[in-house]
Amino acid sequence: MLNHTPNEVSERTGLVVNPAKTCQPIGAMYAALGIHNCLPHSHGSQGCCSFHRMHLTRHFRDPVAASTSSFTEGASVFGGSANLKTSIKNVFSIYKPDVIAVNTTCLSETIGDDLPTIINESEVPEGKYVFHANTPSYVGSHVTGFSNMVKAMVTTFSKKEGPCNGKVNLIPGYTEPGDMRELKRIAKVMGIESILFPDTSGVVDSPMTGRYEMYPAGGTKVEDLVDSGNSLATIAMGTFASEAAANELDKKCGVPAHVLPLPIGVKGTDQLILELIKITGKPVPYELEEERGQVVDVMTDTHHHFHGKKVAIFGDPDHVIAITEFVIGLGMKPIHIVTGTPGSSFDRQINAILDAANIKANVKNLGDLFTLHQWMKKEPVELLIGNTYGKYIARAEDVPFVRFGFPNMDRSVHSYFPVVGYKGALRLIEMISNALLDRVDRDAADEDFELVL
Amino acid sequence: MRQVAIYGKGGIGKSTTTQNLTAALAEMGRKIMVVGCDPKADSTRMLLGGLSQKTVMDTLREEGEDIDLEDILLPGFMGIRCVESGGPEPGVGCAGRGIITSINMLESLGAYESDLDYVFYDVLGDVVCGGFAMPIREGKAQEIYIVASGELMALYAANNIAKGIQKYALSGGVRLGGIICNSRNVDEELELLTAFAKELGSHLIHFVPRDNIVQRAEINRKAVIAFDPACTQADEYRTLASSVENNDMFVVPKPMHTDRLEELMMEFGILG
Repeated sequence: MLNHTPNEVSERTGLVVNPAKTCQPIGAMYAALGIHNCLPHSHGSQGCCSFHRMHLTRHFRDPVAASTSSFTEGASVFGGSANLKTSIKNVFSIYKPDVIAVNTTCLSETIGDDLPTIINESEVPEGKYVFHANTPSYVGSHVTGFSNMVKAMVTTFSKKEGPCNGKVNLIPGYTEPGDMRELKRIAKVMGIESILFPDTSGVVDSPMTGRYEMYPAGGTKVEDLVDSGNSLATIAMGTFASEAAANELDKKCGVPAHVLPLPIGVKGTDQLILELIKITGKPVPYELEEERGQVVDVMTDTHHHFHGKKVAIFGDPDHVIAITEFVIGLGMKPIHIVTGTPGSSFDRQINAILDAANIKANVKNLGDLFTLHQWMKKEPVELLIGNTYGKYIARAEDVPFVRFGFPNMDRSVHSYFPVVGYKGALRLIEMISNALLDRVDRDAADEDFELVL
Repeated sequence: MRQVAIYGKGGIGKSTTTQNLTAALAEMGRKIMVVGCDPKADSTRMLLGGLSQKTVMDTLREEGEDIDLEDILLPGFMGIRCVESGGPEPGVGCAGRGIITSINMLESLGAYESDLDYVFYDVLGDVVCGGFAMPIREGKAQEIYIVASGELMALYAANNIAKGIQKYALSGGVRLGGIICNSRNVDEELELLTAFAKELGSHLIHFVPRDNIVQRAEINRKAVIAFDPACTQADEYRTLASSVENNDMFVVPKPMHTDRLEELMMEFGILG
């Protein structure tokens, strides 16, 4: 399908081909699902909401409920105030959530709807909440939308109102529910009480019980969001998705912000655990030492599979930064690195990792998959790591492909397992080495077809 | 920090008044930022000595989203910090969105976190859409001054703007600080404007007489105070500045019905 991608990279300014990002509200909606009993609400036309729900549903294979202000011609002329007020009234009386998390759309942003005022003037039943994040898709990407919604949770709910609760806030970034479960487990085995938000575990990976629950059991409770203002510290995982909320919490409630990369791989997970030790003074339990030792053992055992292999990586910035560090740790050479999300800090963070490993690579923020494909044609790689959209390039170039990051719409079960922590590292090593070895088997001549690899 | 928005009918002299007023406040030692919210980007011309400011929107378009505060904030007369949000060329695009983007950009770049005494927003014409109301939303400008004259259309626009303020005042904290008359030498202008302001529940904060030195200063790309500090018009702006500085009357305006507005005109403008 992509056989006509030219090898020569030519300068493009006004054209993006196969973007490596999507709309802000998708991230905002996903973050909102991480609040217990929360219904995301899309303030715009119906089509926006349908697309955003569909995209999330395709990734998680679970129903994603969200309501919409259902703009028409009238709303775009007169503003969306009446639509939102009616929506809020209807949603509380029909769908009965505890919280409505409103995200805006390009249309409402261009109209200039004044969300705080509209929400202020709306009828919100006692004990229920409506809050919003501004999410114009012509700024940033879905990761920006996620970040904006998480920050809005802090500005809306977090309060410094009592003595320190001794807990650590964990902002997990734009990760899978499996990752969020793993982060909570790590804190728990260390004997640390944590408030993880947003927490989509138990929401978009909820079990089949035979009965449809509009609001599954999971999600961060509002009282925990409020309590996050009394915590010891906040660990924000990933600068793009989590830093804004952590800084806001620092500014608003004086909870110190510790910003780390996503804890992917040994180094990334070590950083998280060392930070937790620094904050709480707790020792590392044997359970985690054992897990770490297992990963190191496996890395040693399989090193020859990875050594010197060239990799191309694309996806969301926090994920790409963390996996770049990890594959270098495995002995691989990432030579083409792209994110669709804009932000020069991506280049800075990636280049710092590359410089430390003495690797030269093509790096681009606000890039697209067309550019990545052209780079791969010019300088071929032995592995491609990225989301589902990479499969077309993998096929055209006949390159092994590991699905990693959002969205993953053509493989299932991924949302139930972590890529973070030592457990996640083990899983990623298995995924990468399976992809590479399947290729070795496929391409081996009969006489070279080995039983043991 | 006081945040002030200046509204009024197109061509009434908002930019001229804002620049001369801020120049007088700066002379009093106040630290000020002027944010031009007009796609024409002519709100800081006299403070900067020409249209030398690159607008926020142009900077965004040419340099992408990674911009520094110094790229869009230029120091002008007596250190007044000048920003022009800019916008599309006439007839295309969405100027309102440009204002929303610019103000969000200023916020995220920390323009409001320094030691400012005043931020002035010079906003184009009527409050025609959500974007032009941005400066009075979400706890930004708390006080508004409407520039008007004794002409019916100027008062008509001022009354309409009062409706917009009333809307945002009910939910937010924005208040009308007063009416500034930029005189057109209309008959009974002072009396008419005084009555008009009173009817809105506000007051005429200052009557700025018409004087050609304003135009001469404008042609020389200077605020009146910079052009001829000793002239009487400079004193008028100084008086306006101290009236604004000492103003303690901030109200939710009571806009009039059009019939009442026309009645008022008849009473003063024609029969008076």
